[in-house]
Amino acid sequence: MQKKTFRRGIHPLHRAHEGKMPTRNESIRDYVSDTVTISMAMNIGTPAKPCVKKGDQVLVGQVIGEAQGFMSVPVHASVSGEVTAVEQIASLGTGPMMAVTIKNDFSDTWVELNPLGSVEHVDPAKIIPAIQAAGITGMGGASFPTHVKLTFGQGKTCDTIIVNGAECETHLTADYRLMLENSVRIVDGLRAVMRATNVKTGIIAIEDNKMEAVAAMQKAVHGREGVRVQVLRTKYPQGGEKQLIEAITGRQVPSGGLPIDVHTVVLNVGTCAAIADAVIDGKPLISRVTTVTGAVRKPSNLRLRIGTITEDIIGECGGYAETPGKIFFGGAMTGICIPNDNMPIMKSTNGIVVFNERDSKSKNESPCIHCGRCVAACPIGLNPYQIKVAADKSDFESAAKLHVMDCILCGSCAYMCPSRRWLTPSFKYAKDHLAAEAKAKQAAAKGGENK
Amino acid sequence: MSLRISTAPHAHSPVTTQRLMLYVLIALLPAAAAGIYAFGFSALLTLCIACVSSVCAEFIWQKIAKQEVRVGDLSALVTGLILGLNLPATAPWWMVVIGSFFAIMIVKQLFGGLGDNFLNPALAARAVLLASWPVHMTNYVTPTFFQAGVDAVSTATPLATKGASLMELFLGQIPGTIGEVSKAAILVGFLFLLVTGTVNWRIPVIMVGSVFCFSWLLGGSVDGALMAILSGGVMFGAVFMATDYVTSPITPFAQVVYAFLAGLIVVVIRQFGSYPEGVTFGILLMNIVTPLLDRFLPRKIYGYQKEAKKA
Repeated sequence: MQKKTFRRGIHPLHRAHEGKMPTRNESIRDYVSDTVTISMAMNIGTPAKPCVKKGDQVLVGQVIGEAQGFMSVPVHASVSGEVTAVEQIASLGTGPMMAVTIKNDFSDTWVELNPLGSVEHVDPAKIIPAIQAAGITGMGGASFPTHVKLTFGQGKTCDTIIVNGAECETHLTADYRLMLENSVRIVDGLRAVMRATNVKTGIIAIEDNKMEAVAAMQKAVHGREGVRVQVLRTKYPQGGEKQLIEAITGRQVPSGGLPIDVHTVVLNVGTCAAIADAVIDGKPLISRVTTVTGAVRKPSNLRLRIGTITEDIIGECGGYAETPGKIFFGGAMTGICIPNDNMPIMKSTNGIVVFNERDSKSKNESPCIHCGRCVAACPIGLNPYQIKVAADKSDFESAAKLHVMDCILCGSCAYMCPSRRWLTPSFKYAKDHLAAEAKAKQAAAKGGENK
Repeated sequence: MSLRISTAPHAHSPVTTQRLMLYVLIALLPAAAAGIYAFGFSALLTLCIACVSSVCAEFIWQKIAKQEVRVGDLSALVTGLILGLNLPATAPWWMVVIGSFFAIMIVKQLFGGLGDNFLNPALAARAVLLASWPVHMTNYVTPTFFQAGVDAVSTATPLATKGASLMELFLGQIPGTIGEVSKAAILVGFLFLLVTGTVNWRIPVIMVGSVFCFSWLLGGSVDGALMAILSGGVMFGAVFMATDYVTSPITPFAQVVYAFLAGLIVVVIRQFGSYPEGVTFGILLMNIVTPLLDRFLPRKIYGYQKEAKKA
């Protein structure tokens, strides 16, 4: 089979790549903790609003946070038991977020479910509302509400649904294990989406360092019309939405646009499995598979209830093997650091990586020697070293002219930089600033109209 | 528990600036060894003086300017070694020292230090030495290969004599600067740079190719063109000096243009100039336009395709 890929990119070898080895052969096991703290702000868009109060008894799958409009999804109790707190906690992004803490009674009593039945017979019109009701957001990390992705705007058409099983990030094997152990569910989820959107082609994309997963998925798609597996070359960031689309269809998502602008939708394998659960069993999204690795005694792939506290998870993995210096959710290329191990996992937490103190030390920048490694790495084709000069001077106008807004923050340039320059952090800073500026401008324009 | 917070990525390639410089040093060793083999003890002495004085110059500057001392990044050592390899083995010690100090202090540090100089320090120093002490700089001797009883004989550059055979040129049995004589040793170094991914093939191959093509075009014979790429500093310059990260373009297309034009200038200066210094000035002139090439040559950026492909 022809292996496809995108232009440029990097191979994070050495220690970063070896990060996948400890958990590659760890099959998924369940873990349920005493308490869970479930955030209301787990999706891009509007956070959900808590609809339970302290002292309430809740069942598994019960709505505890109501969706606020279209760009929002509900949040469900991931365990049954008593609500012990509804309060603000620190978030990974900006400012605090509301969260509901539930003490688990371990009875695991579910609310009444409304399954839609098998994929072949389900009413297509009911699928997308069911996906929203199940609280499904992109589980590869971006947390974009899935029903929004599948609701094409006016005049937009889709001809291909791509299922992202690339898992190009370092350290993570959660998607890999899911493809091995739950392949039929993933295909069912994809078929449900294809049925709902009336799209005839579904492609499951997997990197060639996961040939066992390719075999498992090929077996699962056998006899399913319109669905096939595409092998991709192992390269970072192959799993980036834009790179995946370029590799598979040869199309490029226009600058500032969405995949639907080039008639594609990309869904993570975990999202697909969650969609199958929602449609076939009527079960909302209350758990996910997460890779826990790094400086822990027993690196594992765990099926965790949403809201499980990091400390409990580390305990389940045998505790810290060394004094932790840094813990992040996600892989080493794009992972987000957590301030302490009280953080609960989100719907998008595909990995928890613990670094020891040595690996956590930040490196000092040395002067740029213009070696061009960042340019050779950038999957978008930007000149990172030039943008960095502009961003460091807070010259956001120049940074914008150098297309910083097209940067996907994949970290390839910063990984390659021999001078250890903080390229990606600078770009994030510039992007955040420019986005805020644009928003303010828009708000000002709106205000003017109203007058 | 106190955890560090930082923005991704949390992993880095093990290749650091220091390691890249070390690769360049290693790649220079065959040429240096060939030069020492050809010209004997005086070549070794010249190289040592150049290296030591370059590193000293960097250290002294950074101390005086109250900067962090970054001698450990090895970039000054690379400059020193390249400068030494660009000198004839007979170069007087004071000239080597002046060249090193000029390269490091004037060309590199005055313009902002590593990464900010717009000319290749070693090459600019060579140009200045050549203009200042042309006799010392062109006092090339015939290789002695440590043979007892053979005295060094001063000769003119092979471009002027046109006596040597192609094989002699390739193996380095000709007069010249320490580093440029053995093309075989330079190619070994180039191979090492390619294998380690330190430089890509574009600049050296296209520059040598460009010299070959234009020499052929203007001279009319393949032999003459082969002679042109094997004589003087074309190979050494293309592999070790035109590829200097700081002063060469970054984007692939700009690299192609840079190398092509550098080759053209070399041939033009050799054919029509009064000075047998094509390589030095070819590369230096292209160093000057490098920022323009990087800035103005168009690149393809994802998401700006004219037309979306149909499925």
